[in-house]
Amino acid sequence: MRAALRCYTALLLLLLVAPVLVVLPLSFSSGTLLALPVPGWSWRWYEDFFTGGPWMLATRNSFEVAAMTALLATPLGTAAAIGLRLGRFRGRAIVLALLTAPLAVPIVVTAVALYFAFARIGLNGTLAGLILAHTVLALPYVVLTVLAALRDFDPLLPRAAASLGAPAWFAFRAVTLPLIAPSVAASALFAFAISFDDLIVALFVAGPEQFTLPRRMLAGLRESLDPTLCAAAVLLTAVSLLLLGAARILRPRGLFITEIR
Amino acid sequence: MIGVRAVADNRVRCPNLLAIGLLCPALLLILLAFLGPLAIDLATAVRDPQLSAALPESAALLRAWHGGGLPDEAVFASVAHELAASESAGNIGPLARRLEFERSGSGSLLLLTARAELVAPYAAAMAALDPRWANPTLWQRLRRDAGGVTPLYLLRVLDLDIGDAGSVVSAPPDRAIFRRLFARTFGIGLVVTVLCVMLGYPAAHALATLPPRWAAPGLAFVLVPLWISILVRGTAWFILLQRDGPVNAALLASGLVPQPLALLFTRFAIILAMVHALLPFMILPLVGAMRRIDPACLRAAASLGATGPQRFLRVYLPMTMPGTAAGMLIVFILSVGLYITPALVGGRRDQMASAFIAEYAKLDVNWGMAAALAIVLLVVAGLIVGLARMLLPRGATARQF
Repeated sequence: MRAALRCYTALLLLLLVAPVLVVLPLSFSSGTLLALPVPGWSWRWYEDFFTGGPWMLATRNSFEVAAMTALLATPLGTAAAIGLRLGRFRGRAIVLALLTAPLAVPIVVTAVALYFAFARIGLNGTLAGLILAHTVLALPYVVLTVLAALRDFDPLLPRAAASLGAPAWFAFRAVTLPLIAPSVAASALFAFAISFDDLIVALFVAGPEQFTLPRRMLAGLRESLDPTLCAAAVLLTAVSLLLLGAARILRPRGLFITEIR
Repeated sequence: MIGVRAVADNRVRCPNLLAIGLLCPALLLILLAFLGPLAIDLATAVRDPQLSAALPESAALLRAWHGGGLPDEAVFASVAHELAASESAGNIGPLARRLEFERSGSGSLLLLTARAELVAPYAAAMAALDPRWANPTLWQRLRRDAGGVTPLYLLRVLDLDIGDAGSVVSAPPDRAIFRRLFARTFGIGLVVTVLCVMLGYPAAHALATLPPRWAAPGLAFVLVPLWISILVRGTAWFILLQRDGPVNAALLASGLVPQPLALLFTRFAIILAMVHALLPFMILPLVGAMRRIDPACLRAAASLGATGPQRFLRVYLPMTMPGTAAGMLIVFILSVGLYITPALVGGRRDQMASAFIAEYAKLDVNWGMAAALAIVLLVVAGLIVGLARMLLPRGATARQF
């Protein structure tokens, strides 16, 4: 019984990972079709990716937007999580519900709402708009990750430091921050990854000049269907796996995405 | 410790003030860039600005008109003048699209009238141009459209319409596609959620009870697909399921099918790719909940005489409920909002609500419909999250979600 269950689980886990591997041989294909088996091997689609203007623009946009999202969402979310942990006022549950509300709304609803709102203030078709939208999507993950790290954190510690004469900022830097630093860093990686993977918000908010890698890939899937998009998929996946590896080295506490080690 | 607290309280007089200060920036962001836009989405679903924008004076006259029979010559004259002016200024398009959406043919009537060189008396000239101008129901419709607010979009997404008399009627059959769209969207979401529980529950149990040496690599197989973009995974299925793709090649080689199957662009492909995309979101909260269960509970149940199925149904299953419910909630909400997977592997007749929202917002420039469709998704998702919060013990969803 237990052996059968483990066999089933092994098969299921294999099926979870295996389908993605199909893009790997196609990205090295010498043919022009998205068809297996490939006629031969070549680097041409990677060359195409790294020399093609639109793909490099999309790569630059993706990294820029994801980095800015991480830079904005991490301090905002960390401060909010610390505030939730330190505060002793009523209604903290409502505040947490508000901060994590973007998780409970289908993402296409958020995307179309941002599109209408940005249309009024001219933020559609700008990188700033895309960064703002991604920051909203990433904020709940940062709050939850840092909050989980603070679960076992004793709020008396920074107050003890204060009682010994430490100014509030020094107490935070010397006492609080080192205890939660791995989770803060991991939450920055989440924020980066959420922005880097987003397609649907980019679909609404980004114009051709702001195309990110996923948006560019979708355009490729709709128009040319050549193996360059497999090369892009391989590179996108490599970045995702690097982020995942880095997040696991940090071993943050809590939040289901990494809670389980 | 009490001494520390007393001294600290003297130095940090208002921890709440500090806490609120730390919370403010994030709350401000949620307010301005999330709740605000959702409110704008609600407003967009009922706003009706086109007639007032293109024909401001006529809109004012129509609003002042009592609405019985035909309006005065002054209203006819104003409409004729402003239509011609709007046509030559090139900004008549939004109004024409708006009227055409409400009633087929009224957009072209508008353009026809705008281009006709009418002379006074305008009531007679317009009636001579097209008899619909002599019909009171057209004018009553224009009077409603001049109001600036309309229930039309919200009615249309429920397959209802505004009748000639201004009452709510069923939408014409060729436009009544939205109840089926939502039934499809939520039906596929439900099927995917149930499949994810059924496939994920046993696997999560196996993962939760693995010896530590195997647990980490096992879970890596769940985490890796979670971090890989859903677009990449959708692309993989798009390649795999093609007519001459690897899946068909394998089926042909094994002799299971005599000719390649049409797998891509089917309901089957959507459900397969969505289950594949969302299964990790089900497994992880389940493993979390299962690991928190003290095995002593099951031993205690056994020592009290519970059989295997009883131990599962009465002890294990209820104890894993928070994780199960959280996983189902996440999978359902993600699946009804998913755009890319159905767009890549689904057929044209299998498209879900998100594809219609994108099409109305970006291609058709019919923002009212996009907003109204989004509201239905939002309301249903809100009801489901609320229901889960009510049914589950306090904190169960918050802890997981």
